[in-house]
Amino acid sequence: MTNLFLSIDAGTIDWSRAQFALTAIYHWLFVPLTLGLAVIMGIAETIYYKKRTDFWKKTAQFWQRLFGVNFAMGVATGIILEFEFGTNWSNYSWFVGDIFGAPLAIEGIVAFFMESTFVAVMFFGWKKVSAGFHLASTWLTGLGATISAWWILVANAWMQYPVGCTFNPDTMRNEMTSFVEVALSPFAIDKFCHTVISSWIIGAVFVIAVSCWYLLKKRHTRLAVQSIKIAVIVGFIAALGAGATGHKSGQTVAQVQPMKLAAMEALYNGGNEMDLTMIAWVNPIGQPDYTNEAEPAMKLAMPYGLSMMATNTLDGYVPGINDLLNGYTKEDGTVEPSADEKIARGKVAIQALADYRKAKAEGADEATLNTHLSTLNNNYQYFGYGYVKDKHDLVPSVPINFWAFRTMVGLGCLFILFFGLVLILIFDIPMVSLIFRRLFSALGLLDERSADATAPADAMPRWLCWAAILMLPLAYICSESGWLVAEFGRQPWTIQDMLPTWAAVSDLQSSSVMITFFLFLILFTTMLAVEISILLKQIKKGPDATLNDK
Amino acid sequence: MNKRNFLYRTFDLYYDGFRHMTLGKTLWAVIIVKLIIIFVVLKIFFFPNYIGERTEKGDEPDFVANELIDRALPDSP
Repeated sequence: MTNLFLSIDAGTIDWSRAQFALTAIYHWLFVPLTLGLAVIMGIAETIYYKKRTDFWKKTAQFWQRLFGVNFAMGVATGIILEFEFGTNWSNYSWFVGDIFGAPLAIEGIVAFFMESTFVAVMFFGWKKVSAGFHLASTWLTGLGATISAWWILVANAWMQYPVGCTFNPDTMRNEMTSFVEVALSPFAIDKFCHTVISSWIIGAVFVIAVSCWYLLKKRHTRLAVQSIKIAVIVGFIAALGAGATGHKSGQTVAQVQPMKLAAMEALYNGGNEMDLTMIAWVNPIGQPDYTNEAEPAMKLAMPYGLSMMATNTLDGYVPGINDLLNGYTKEDGTVEPSADEKIARGKVAIQALADYRKAKAEGADEATLNTHLSTLNNNYQYFGYGYVKDKHDLVPSVPINFWAFRTMVGLGCLFILFFGLVLILIFDIPMVSLIFRRLFSALGLLDERSADATAPADAMPRWLCWAAILMLPLAYICSESGWLVAEFGRQPWTIQDMLPTWAAVSDLQSSSVMITFFLFLILFTTMLAVEISILLKQIKKGPDATLNDK
Repeated sequence: MNKRNFLYRTFDLYYDGFRHMTLGKTLWAVIIVKLIIIFVVLKIFFFPNYIGERTEKGDEPDFVANELIDRALPDSP
């Protein structure tokens, strides 16, 4: 059994992965808040457009100001990832750059033109353009950010489920054969829906947390209550939506990345009528002995849940880690080869590539070249397996996937409860709200006056306001956990079945990658501290100041 | 210039907007510092074009082929 923390060496691969993960995690702190706040500020301005009151104008401007701070801090942080592709992951960049580059280029163009145009109108245009045009610009700012996210997620989805391409052994590049297949792959659609909807949760939690801080301080209570009303509706719908899209994502993963699903579930041996593990004891710092253990200890499971999640049937077959390593027969009768067979065929593919290029350089005849090409094409689907020496390298970290998945799902369920409770209290839903108030009063969580009083500012008990503030870091942990599952779950692949990390990485000195890792750590921490400090200053200032006040 | 002209109004939107920024000035300062760090310091000193520095233009496929073949088949000629 390998202890994961101790087994990390100071090698180029590990530091390159760590550096990429650090940059991606940092970048992802800004993106979901941008996507989430865009919806809420759009709704606030729509209400202003309808009511034309100064209060709603100030409310919309206040959330737009916080959006602006977050947007400014997030600008260009994703570009560092693209630098890392070219330097740390140069083989990868060349091998799939033709496909991977297209969505990234579209994203850059769309982001630049849409966002720079409409963000400018949103911030500078309050007194320059009509209310309708301004409202459209606000929504288009959010739409631009969402479309940007779409293309980034298309690129990420392609790495997890490479479609619409063919390998050219002369250029050593995978070339796009179908843009539609790449742009509209089911993996990309599921990923987009789940990621964007879950980002709205972060926006909603952020707005509720800031508003609750005002309620605790007894400042800007009207803005706080009205903002909570908007945010809680967005958040509640998003939390339910994230559950539904998560279920759909789970089914796609079951089909195209079964090893990821097996790691998420700590499913060592598969079968029909599989239970969904609610909780179990999986050592958080060591890869389990999945070859000899039947299942994790202290397992509490939902009967048939995993079969249902993966196949939409109660008795559907779900392969475990050992099935995937040793090979198994699918329900449609097709046989999934063992890892050893895939490794052997991968080596055949790489040897055929070497033979083809050598023959071509030596000016061999067409028939010889075609023989090598045919061998390469017949085995290309297992190309990446040719780099695998030990089949157990094909198993991603079970503890990270298992616990990150449960953190994400557990917090997602918590958000549904949280938004549900806030929804009942803030909208003072008859009877239900009274029952909860009496219950909280009996538990000592609400004073007698507030138990009966339903003035808007009293709607949220103090403990719930504090809980709302605590929810904010939890929302980020939930979101980042989702990415941990997505990215750790596909290990060892940079591109599923095509290129493992140790083939994709550049042959750099590990010390130089390590230095840039710590350089980034310092840089990102400083930038994050600056952002939080500007954000807090603006929150303390409140809605009276406007971004472009004269 | 005609003040109802689209180009003038667009110019005025940006000119007036930038001139009267308050918080925006701080944010732009942060953005500019960040872009300098990213494009001048990081890109030039820490993120060279790895393949470009090791090959002539046009030889990239050979370089990548050697890398990818050698890592799987180290004994390959």
